[in-house]
Amino acid sequence: MSKVQVRLKVNGKVIDELVEPRTLLIHFLREHLNLTGSHIGCDTSHCGACTVDLNGKSVKSCTVFTVQAADGEVITIEGVANADGTLHALQEGFREMHGLQCGFCTPGMITRAYRLLKENPTPTEEEIRFGIAGNLCRCTGYQNIVKAIQHAAAKLAGAPFQEAAE
Amino acid sequence: MIPGSFAYHRPNSIKEAISLLADLGEDARVLAGGHSLIPMMKLRLASPDHLVDLGAINDLKGVRADGADIVIGAMATQHELIASELLGSKLPLLRETSLLIADPQVRYMGTLGGNVANGDPGNDMPAVMMCLGASYQVVGKSGERKIAARDFYKGAYDTALSTGEIVTAIRIPVPPPGHGFAYEKLKRKVGDYATAAAAVLLTINSGKVATCSIGLTNVADTPLWAEQAGKILVGSTLDAATVTKAAAAAEAITSPASDNHGPAYYRTKMSGVMLTRALIRAKARAS
Repeated sequence: MSKVQVRLKVNGKVIDELVEPRTLLIHFLREHLNLTGSHIGCDTSHCGACTVDLNGKSVKSCTVFTVQAADGEVITIEGVANADGTLHALQEGFREMHGLQCGFCTPGMITRAYRLLKENPTPTEEEIRFGIAGNLCRCTGYQNIVKAIQHAAAKLAGAPFQEAAE
Repeated sequence: MIPGSFAYHRPNSIKEAISLLADLGEDARVLAGGHSLIPMMKLRLASPDHLVDLGAINDLKGVRADGADIVIGAMATQHELIASELLGSKLPLLRETSLLIADPQVRYMGTLGGNVANGDPGNDMPAVMMCLGASYQVVGKSGERKIAARDFYKGAYDTALSTGEIVTAIRIPVPPPGHGFAYEKLKRKVGDYATAAAAVLLTINSGKVATCSIGLTNVADTPLWAEQAGKILVGSTLDAATVTKAAAAAEAITSPASDNHGPAYYRTKMSGVMLTRALIRAKARAS
């Protein structure tokens, strides 16, 4: 089947590539662009490890064709850090609050939380839990992930988050 | 998992999509949000030669009021339904249902049109649409027609749509102000299909049920409109004895499969339990 020319922006950079229509966005990111931060976990749109931001929406990139993302804008974990290279408040939050153990789910968690905080900069604990319901973590029990997101929300709002990690 | 090869089409108008589908015939599948079709393609349970992506057609988007109806474009996503102020004030049942579908990422992509047109008995919106008396605007090469949700579902993945036809919009009569509503869904975890679920829309006049419509999800090959159960409740105060009778009438029309959601008898019983809970909540919301 013939390839299609696809143009899209990934982490601010314009990409022009020939792809097979069946190429999933996660494969395109990992194998064509060597952006291996987004992970393939379940490969069935349940676990959220492959979550990236596409046109202002959190999507599971294992269930989106690259051609669907044509002319769009993608942000992956590699594009989340601040322009000066310092960690984004969410990345800092996950570090400070011990929001990860094995780290496999973390890129998906952070890119999902990135959109969650854009839409709702002051989420309650319940809203955070509901907002990350599409991301599975098999290590942490979520407690410190929620705290990490609270930490980031507080930092972005200019107020420090007090509670320590467990 | 990598799907089979296909040619990709992204038409910009309904007309262009219909003409493509007419040319491609049985070899083409329509792509909406993709969260049912793409997993099937990855498992090679579906391997269409052509995909016609409806994502670039602006006429399939948006939510608007049209006289006594609300019209929702087939490509409106569940995320958009949740965010819609119009639906929040006039048809809050849709918001309540959407929040119970899948997870945030899937709701950003999943569309109302895909949910109702796919014919999957596990999908939540079809029973809600039957409950609301909605109809689907359908277009194909031989023109446009309107199909009532209550006439649309023929079997699992079998609907009244002909090859080459697409659902373009969903038309829902706005229920009267003060109506009671609820969607109760029993599921094992976030993102799961219903073990059983019930949608209720009712109006109450002087303490008695004036109208009552009930839809049931995932307890048969198709979504179910529990007409008889609704009739039993009209004229009642939703007293325990009448609710029990209505729940029994709803259970009587179910024929679920025994699967990983539980044995058939359990799912049947849970459809009655979900209906009972939905009735209690709908009553509390009605004025």
